[in-house]
Amino acid sequence: MILHSEDLHRIARDEQDRRDGFRHQVHVCMAAGCLSCGSGEVKQALEAEVARRGLAGRCQVKGVGCLGLCAAGPLVAVDDGATRYQGVQAADAAAIVDALGGSPVERLRCSGDMAFFQRQTRIVTENCGRIDPERIEEYIAAAGYHGLHRALTGMSRQEVIDEVGHSGLRGRGGAGFPAGLKWTAVAKAGDSLKFVICNADEGDPGAFMDRSVLESDPHRVIEGMAIAGYAIGASQGFIYVRAEYPLAVKRVRHALAQAERLGLLGNGIFHTPFTFHIKVRLGAGAFVCGEETALIASIEGRMGRPRPRPPFPAEFGLWEHPTLINNVETFANVAPIIRNGAAWFSAIGTEKSRGTKVFALAGKVVNTGLIEVPMGTTLRDIVFEIGGGIPGGRRFKAVQTGGPSGGCIPSQFLDMPVDYESLAQVGSIMGSGGMIVIDDSACMVDVARFFMEFCMTESCGKCVPCRVGTRQIHDLLARITAGQATPADQATLEDLCDLVRHTSLCGLGQSSPNPVLTTLKYFRDEYHAHIHERRCLAGACSAAGEVV
Amino acid sequence: MQADNSPPGGQSSTPSSPPADPRLRLVDRTMQLYHHEGHALIETLHAAQESFGYLDEGIMHYIAGRLRVPLSRVFAVATFYHAFTLKPPGKHTCVICLGTACYIGGSRAILDGIRDREGIAAGETTADGEVSLVVARCLGSCGLAPAGVFDGEVAGRLDPQQVLDRIGRWRHDDPA
Repeated sequence: MILHSEDLHRIARDEQDRRDGFRHQVHVCMAAGCLSCGSGEVKQALEAEVARRGLAGRCQVKGVGCLGLCAAGPLVAVDDGATRYQGVQAADAAAIVDALGGSPVERLRCSGDMAFFQRQTRIVTENCGRIDPERIEEYIAAAGYHGLHRALTGMSRQEVIDEVGHSGLRGRGGAGFPAGLKWTAVAKAGDSLKFVICNADEGDPGAFMDRSVLESDPHRVIEGMAIAGYAIGASQGFIYVRAEYPLAVKRVRHALAQAERLGLLGNGIFHTPFTFHIKVRLGAGAFVCGEETALIASIEGRMGRPRPRPPFPAEFGLWEHPTLINNVETFANVAPIIRNGAAWFSAIGTEKSRGTKVFALAGKVVNTGLIEVPMGTTLRDIVFEIGGGIPGGRRFKAVQTGGPSGGCIPSQFLDMPVDYESLAQVGSIMGSGGMIVIDDSACMVDVARFFMEFCMTESCGKCVPCRVGTRQIHDLLARITAGQATPADQATLEDLCDLVRHTSLCGLGQSSPNPVLTTLKYFRDEYHAHIHERRCLAGACSAAGEVV
Repeated sequence: MQADNSPPGGQSSTPSSPPADPRLRLVDRTMQLYHHEGHALIETLHAAQESFGYLDEGIMHYIAGRLRVPLSRVFAVATFYHAFTLKPPGKHTCVICLGTACYIGGSRAILDGIRDREGIAAGETTADGEVSLVVARCLGSCGLAPAGVFDGEVAGRLDPQQVLDRIGRWRHDDPA
């Protein structure tokens, strides 16, 4: 089956009619966080309750993607977010159904979190919590695949690339390379065979944005990849996704099958000569595979070890052919840009960082969960307004962005706008979007040791600075936290960080000293206390001897 | 070593019995799906581990032969990636997340608790073969930190006592 534009509109209209037929909508979050605290049972109970009262024709109970506030799951949203309930159990089903159309069940209402929902700007997550991720019809009704249709039938390849370029979209995987430039490079490469790869190997500990997007709105990523395929002249795409995300894998596979069935993937899409197929490839738990050349090696069925660049994948990528690699969130921004235009997108955010950024807010913060804010939002707004501040009456100490490649940002920078440049200025990076709030109960030397342990075990072993350097840095940090270090050790530590940073082969090694360097810079007193006074200012390393 | 084309089995240490081991079906189907191309190696190893619980030498031989890749490469890939294990798992598996949010949230204390009572560290199995302890780099359930997975079931906001109780219940439910 191949769709015409009329078919697309018909599917959207039918879906809207179907939806309008229900007086009430009850959305139950079925993303991994809420599922693990029992939202599956809640949905069943609500369905049973609605059926028991003979309301099945008037009230729709549906499973949706991430509602965002993972800390308070299982979450239920009634009538498109008019009322939100938290911590819902199966036993609450009757009360929720009773309250439909009347006053809400007060004891379950999300309280004090209105800033959490209202301060956000949703582009990537616009459908999260609204549509059933397992039904393509709902995505189409939410203007899904209209961007692909517009690109294929009304725009030349160059126009698509220009649109993405003018929007100012930068890669959301961490480094922030302008997407338009990357697309141009692959489009210019003279090879008849090219590939598109979606990097969904979200390896940073503390990051779950890509997982949530794939679980909540997989078609958005597929549409973005297809548009990219058209723009650069590729007909084959791969989604490289972590095997640790079984639900995301399942939903992506399901979405691909639906898109193929409707002819939105396959041969001659929308009766144009454009052909595009997507395959899923499973990662196998190697952080280094987030690096482009390592990821390519992994798709080819080899050990995920990076190689020197240039040549860049844009000329010499998968099976030696030009390859475009973008992250999940980057592709998720593409369809709205094509649909609404570059000017609309570039009006959001800051001058050099356009659009929004999705963050996985976690750690010592009240409202942990998935948030999307315009670039340039201050850390204070994110942590204290949207995040609701620090729980348990403790004091804010730092926020960690960028995972093991990023840094710890102390409180004096709370009013800094979050964008690629400002984060780099203070020694951290945007990273893929993990944001971990740290309170005064944590020892920053131990946090640095934790990240270095991560880099040490994840080093692929190909280049010496990373393989040996991360181990040496880790051992020094372990000695410091154990209260056994000398002042000379600190000097060695700083030398080693400099060496590893400048001589490692890939980003993993080059950026691995960041957590150490930022803590040395902003929390030097903690290092000093461990080394000179044999004590931990946070009282976290009292269990000395814990040298891992 | 020479890769061979025959199904694994024969040795008493392999988890598979000769020729028509039904567990090979998923492995064979995966290879067929990719037309026995070498780049299907990682997908095939995933399938093999899902069927057998771990990768032993027999199955690696078998896959090397069928996909026509050197056994050394199969072994390299199987040991490079954390997802693959070459040791048989215990009857029950407890995964504790050591992602940043979980670490900040206290997952180290949980691991210490398990070490003290069960005598196993990450990657080890108790002597009676009942419980394996695995450490995950990040389950992506940071909102529920500290999080863990007990025989495939994700659980959040754990504390050491809760985890030890769950492990205790496994022991209690299936008396040796």
